[in-house]
Amino acid sequence: MALQGASAPAQDHSGHAGHDMPPGDAHAGHDGRHATFQGTVDHRRNGFDPHVVLRDFDEGTTSRLPDGRVLREWELIATQKDIEVAPGVTFPAWVYNGRLPGPTLRAKEGERLRITFRNGSVHPHTIHFHGLHPAAMDGVAGSGAGEIQPGASTVYEFDAEPFGLHLYHCHVRPLAEHIQKGLYGAFVIDPKQGREKADELVMVMHGLDTNFDRENEIYAVNGIGFAYMDPPIRVKRGQLVRIYLANLTEFDPINSFHVHGNFFHYFPTGTSLQPVELTDTVMQCQGQRGILELRFPRAGRFMFHAHQSEFTELGWQGFFEVED
Amino acid sequence: MEAATAERGRAPAWLLGLVPLLLIVAAIGAFALLDGPGLGERNGVPVEEIAVERTVLEPGRIELTIRNDGPDAVRIAQAQVNDAFVPFSGAEGEIGRLGTATVNITYPWNEGEAYDVALVTATGGTITHAIDVAAETPDPDLGFFGLMALLGIYVGVIPIALGMLWLPWIRRIPPQWLRVVMALTIGLLAFLAIDATLEGFELAGEGSQAFGGAALVLLGAAASYLALTGVSAWMEGRRKGASGGRLALLIAVGIGLHNLGEGVAIGSSYAVGALALGAFLVVGFAIHNTTEGIAIVAPLAEGRPTAARLVTLGVVAGAPAILGAWIGAAAFNASVAAFLFGFGAGAIAQVIVQLTPTMRDDDGRALHPAAVAGLLAGMAVMFATGLLVSV
Repeated sequence: MALQGASAPAQDHSGHAGHDMPPGDAHAGHDGRHATFQGTVDHRRNGFDPHVVLRDFDEGTTSRLPDGRVLREWELIATQKDIEVAPGVTFPAWVYNGRLPGPTLRAKEGERLRITFRNGSVHPHTIHFHGLHPAAMDGVAGSGAGEIQPGASTVYEFDAEPFGLHLYHCHVRPLAEHIQKGLYGAFVIDPKQGREKADELVMVMHGLDTNFDRENEIYAVNGIGFAYMDPPIRVKRGQLVRIYLANLTEFDPINSFHVHGNFFHYFPTGTSLQPVELTDTVMQCQGQRGILELRFPRAGRFMFHAHQSEFTELGWQGFFEVED
Repeated sequence: MEAATAERGRAPAWLLGLVPLLLIVAAIGAFALLDGPGLGERNGVPVEEIAVERTVLEPGRIELTIRNDGPDAVRIAQAQVNDAFVPFSGAEGEIGRLGTATVNITYPWNEGEAYDVALVTATGGTITHAIDVAAETPDPDLGFFGLMALLGIYVGVIPIALGMLWLPWIRRIPPQWLRVVMALTIGLLAFLAIDATLEGFELAGEGSQAFGGAALVLLGAAASYLALTGVSAWMEGRRKGASGGRLALLIAVGIGLHNLGEGVAIGSSYAVGALALGAFLVVGFAIHNTTEGIAIVAPLAEGRPTAARLVTLGVVAGAPAILGAWIGAAAFNASVAAFLFGFGAGAIAQVIVQLTPTMRDDDGRALHPAAVAGLLAGMAVMFATGLLVSV
């Protein structure tokens, strides 16, 4: 998980911060700006930048099995980590590989996958993968290695099937706590024939319950609320953009994605190569995910956000900057 | 002579008094310098307790004055209004124990609607504050102070002056009837004392708990009770004026202190838009507070007070409502208001103690049937008229 390519993590956005509001503003609070945090998050100190997470697909290391199949391997470590989830607000997260969400694991249909899991935290954890696998590899208490105790490790091994967009997350009780604290990530299995070349983005939607009242104070994509407001996500006009969208929100039953000035093809769970819908808004319940494909015909700034206004103004909104 | 000899060679008394004090100071200093040897760090995470002491609403702006109530420093990192992050200024640094800060939020609020403000702290905790009905906070300019003064005169001074008009009637009635009037007065006052205490407790719950919360009401009551007892004893010692006049002044002072608290409640309600000014409110208060006028003149049945003296009594009892309205509207603080309500209640309790002998019948019984009827009637009148004015 490297920081190179980070888009100026700690740059000064003070021109957009709140202090410079003239008192007694003539527009009576309608300041012509979007809901936003006060100040900026230090992504460097967090050790990850949502702008890097966005295009960071972890393909692990590969080797050949005697039968000629590809063996793909990763190592995931669960730890506790304080993360600045909003400027000045520290969240005691539980994370895989030091980032929120965990790494986006990417494999190809039919490969053999081997995930070594080490528990470096003080609580028992597991990794439960969505997909097809033997019962012993399910990553739940009472199956296979069961709960992995602090300091212990295990290996999850199974075949990559079916192709699509899947998830992984900790499955130790209390479940809501182990998930909402950050132990989750996206898991992409590419179809054998591959997909059309595209600018690929991963967006894991989630909430942050910073005061432990089982309601989210902040909503975000890829760890930090409002992260794609400033700077925006830069995309090329006319180029195919593919978004791997997953919902790991706890406490709220659903989350959603809406893009301005555009429509996208939607592939639920990514398990079919035929889209089911051309739309500009899609809803996902907890654990649901899908693939979005779209091209931006016009240059300029286009918003994207949850089409639940509350989530939007609590952090789940961003901009695409479409460039020629 | 022997005692004087014994005194010699011994330490002087002031030194004996001073030495323990110095030792205590030295011990505390050493303990602090050594950082509490053997005690170690705190158990658990920092405790974040913030009380919102004052809310000011201006077009497009919500301003909260907050106070750190808890033992640990608190840092405000973000602000939300109705589940949306909002820009704000102020409260940039850490707020230490009992420290205050002002959070100035930019928000397009609408008149008459409800808002939930949440301040998110550095640890992710939230401090929530509900604005039940948004209304612009009046500017404390000259016209506003004039309005509050007029309100104070309407609800405090005029009703009491009207109540005092019963004096000629009180003079004419026979002693057994006068006792009933005195009992009625005590009933009225008892109701006021209970009402003020309860209102004080309610306010104390809203205010900063670090200053004692509900204890402020009781401290206020104890302070005014003792102060009035002292003043009363001092006046008695000087034998200044008839005992009726002394009682009337004490009652006026007690009621005045109570009206100070009532004025604060009225002023603050007006400032937050929770009080509709109008004829109904003023008429309600007039009926309610007229009874206070009877209480003042009741002990004057036997004397012949001058007009100036009557005016003085009326002003002492009624004018504090004006002062209270100013304080409540311009600088409301729930803790101060709670203390003032307790202060008023204590003063009234003291007045009740002073008045009790005047109910006694020829056999020296205080709670004879007529007195009990008067007490109950007094409380019933206050209860009924109080229904007209809930602030």
